[in-house]
Amino acid sequence: MASSSTAAHADHADHPTGLRRWLFSTNHKDIGTMYLLSALMAGLIGGFLSILMRIELQEPGLQLFSNGQMFNVVVTGHGLIMVFFVVMPALIGGFGNWFVPLMIGAPDMAFPRLNNISLWLTICAFLLLVVSLFVSGAPGATGFGGGWTVYPPLSTSGHPGPALDFGILALHAAGASSILGAINFITTILNMRAPGMTLHKMPLFAWGMLVTAFLLLISLPVLAGAITMLLTDRNFGTTFFDPAGGGDPVLYQHLFWFFGHPEVYIMILPAFGIISHIISTFSRKPIFGYLGMAYAMVAIGAVGFIVWAHHMYTVGLSLDTQRYFVFATMVIAVPTGIKIFSWIATMWGGSIRMTAPMLWAVGFVFLFTVGGVTGVVLANAGIDRELHNTYYVIAHFHYVLSLGAVFGIFAGWYYWFPKMFGYIVPDWIGKLHFWLAFIGANVLFFPMHFLGLAGMPRHYVDYPNAYAGWHRIASYGSYIFAFSLLVFFYGVYVAWRRKERAANDPWGMGSPTLEWTLSSPPPFHQFEKLPRITGSSDH
Amino acid sequence: MLMKTLPLRLVAASGVLAAATGNVMAGTGQPSPWQMTLQTPVTPIAERMHSFHDMLLWIIGAIVVLVLALILWVVFRFGERRNPTPSKTTHNSLLEVAWTLIPVLILVVIAVPSFRLLKDQLTLPKADIVIKATGHQWYWSYEYPKDQGGFSFDSNLAQDKEPRLLAVDNEVVLPVDTTIRVQVTSSDVIHAFAMPSFGLKIDAIPGRLNETWFHAEKEGVFYGQCSLICGQNHAYMPIAIRIVSKDAYKTWLEQAKKKFAANGAGQNYAANDNGQLATEAAVR
Repeated sequence: MASSSTAAHADHADHPTGLRRWLFSTNHKDIGTMYLLSALMAGLIGGFLSILMRIELQEPGLQLFSNGQMFNVVVTGHGLIMVFFVVMPALIGGFGNWFVPLMIGAPDMAFPRLNNISLWLTICAFLLLVVSLFVSGAPGATGFGGGWTVYPPLSTSGHPGPALDFGILALHAAGASSILGAINFITTILNMRAPGMTLHKMPLFAWGMLVTAFLLLISLPVLAGAITMLLTDRNFGTTFFDPAGGGDPVLYQHLFWFFGHPEVYIMILPAFGIISHIISTFSRKPIFGYLGMAYAMVAIGAVGFIVWAHHMYTVGLSLDTQRYFVFATMVIAVPTGIKIFSWIATMWGGSIRMTAPMLWAVGFVFLFTVGGVTGVVLANAGIDRELHNTYYVIAHFHYVLSLGAVFGIFAGWYYWFPKMFGYIVPDWIGKLHFWLAFIGANVLFFPMHFLGLAGMPRHYVDYPNAYAGWHRIASYGSYIFAFSLLVFFYGVYVAWRRKERAANDPWGMGSPTLEWTLSSPPPFHQFEKLPRITGSSDH
Repeated sequence: MLMKTLPLRLVAASGVLAAATGNVMAGTGQPSPWQMTLQTPVTPIAERMHSFHDMLLWIIGAIVVLVLALILWVVFRFGERRNPTPSKTTHNSLLEVAWTLIPVLILVVIAVPSFRLLKDQLTLPKADIVIKATGHQWYWSYEYPKDQGGFSFDSNLAQDKEPRLLAVDNEVVLPVDTTIRVQVTSSDVIHAFAMPSFGLKIDAIPGRLNETWFHAEKEGVFYGQCSLICGQNHAYMPIAIRIVSKDAYKTWLEQAKKKFAANGAGQNYAANDNGQLATEAAVR
């Protein structure tokens, strides 16, 4: 960072406070903290919406909502908020900002002011999305209720009110934020690694973030194009997706999923990185097959771009097209399998300490496997024809996202909490939180496999009475999961209440990554003298 | 979709299979309480989807059990008390090649029946009867071609009939052991025409005529539900198909012709029965 040598000298003595520190922040750690906070806030709102859904679905008939449109608005809000304003900001903006510079031995991100813009764009985007819930959408209702995929014509002729225009604007702002963030991460990782840290010595979390940043950079402009066309179809009389004017609604689906499929890897690759560090740390062993792990993520990212139409097996694709997408999709199972087995091999022969973050990480490996294998089932168009748009799909993607990405977030939270905030969360609280979340999430999502196999379609406010049993169980599970969040907050409360100071390496496991060489929390500006990396490539 | 003729012997062979296992179970054509599996199949294709899914379930079940067992074993065996000194192993070429190649082999085992099933699903055989289903917000309408009497009718959710949310006022009636082609489109937003016990799901898209087919081998009433979010009453536009004997179908046709005579065949009726894709679209 060229500027730090000149301008930053004056700031060293006292770092900015108040508005200057938080609103105008250019410090990657402060920005990371604010990203985590905003993800937490959004998570509470998104989670609240999901509890509303589960209350409604606990019994057949209508309980909470007066009609299906209100339910659909809540479903859509839950999806968009969880994807764009919880998982992405927590993993990329939060942990990415905090730990990519620390792990690669950089003083800050490459473009600190760009980082600030990214953060505030995300928050503005979130506010726009919340506003969209309360303005007119479909005739006689507020909000947009067409699912997070926003398929036309339901999103054009079906929702004349401005709700979706707010939604599109929110996605544009969030997308711009992510693109800027991606540029920042790529530049930082390629140019600012400490002397001696070749790419092949770089920690796996930084690898995950590098691949993620490329996915963001390539896929988000396609989403931006698609929703811009949607916006002009809605407001300016174009017919890109309207057959009455020669357009095609299916074209939108291709464009959306060209973004949407890489997006699911955007949400999971950073978590892969976090899990690798935690498993290695608490097994007291270097990562097994480090290079294989890094390039498995590269492979998953690359292949992730050429499988999008497996979300569209029922739109009427030709036999050859479906054959290709079945084949390409199944290929992804191979690098994913390499990761699962390498994590287990990392633990094999280790000296494992079952701390709270390790418990979350091991839980992640198992639950991600469950979500992964149902993905192999759905990859086959022949059987997806029956399961498409049923609860089986909901079960599948919540096992990889809610139980995958979110467990990755909590694992990272407990692992790095003492590093980020300098205080200790008692380990038993993290463990209690884990067990409640693990039981709750499985009770919530496992029965959805049965509902889906039996034919229960998605986005239904009410359902035939035969589905009532498993729906009731799922709702109970969601309440257990919600209760586990109280334990989470209790842990945060206890940490600040007790103010038990964390050492540089509070876990005492001798993990080799650079963040543990710094104080907890790290100084406002770290690595004024760049660390020099020597030794083997095994992290 | 490609229009090729499905080898008839395949249909026949699967028919024997279906007949062998075909004792009528409660809940056929609709879900039953606490059901944990796919709905009972009533077409040869659904039958094969069912057995393909059973095969997949064994494979993925074995993988999950293997991973769980390995995790439990390492956590037990390599806990810090039992194993205070960690090994430094970070590579094992044989192991790494094995866990790359074995999944590839498993995928090949899956792919062979998967591609066969896919081809037979998407290869439309010569149809005996072609009907057209059009999705609307929020009901389905059906058209029977001229050779079946040339009429159309709307099929709305029946609020006072059981099973709740599945029963409709006007069921689609079709003969058993007959190859039926269904042309599916929409007059407004995208819907999806689904019939779980036939293994059938295809999107109803405005401006596009999708085609699928089935060959039901059991009589009965079979239910499906709209399977793509389409607005406020997405949950309230079920699909009900009553499969009857060929004689009963003829009787029904006579009654239906009279009952729905006023409706005629829809203006944008595009069905044709000579295996050629109808491109004429239902315009909104």
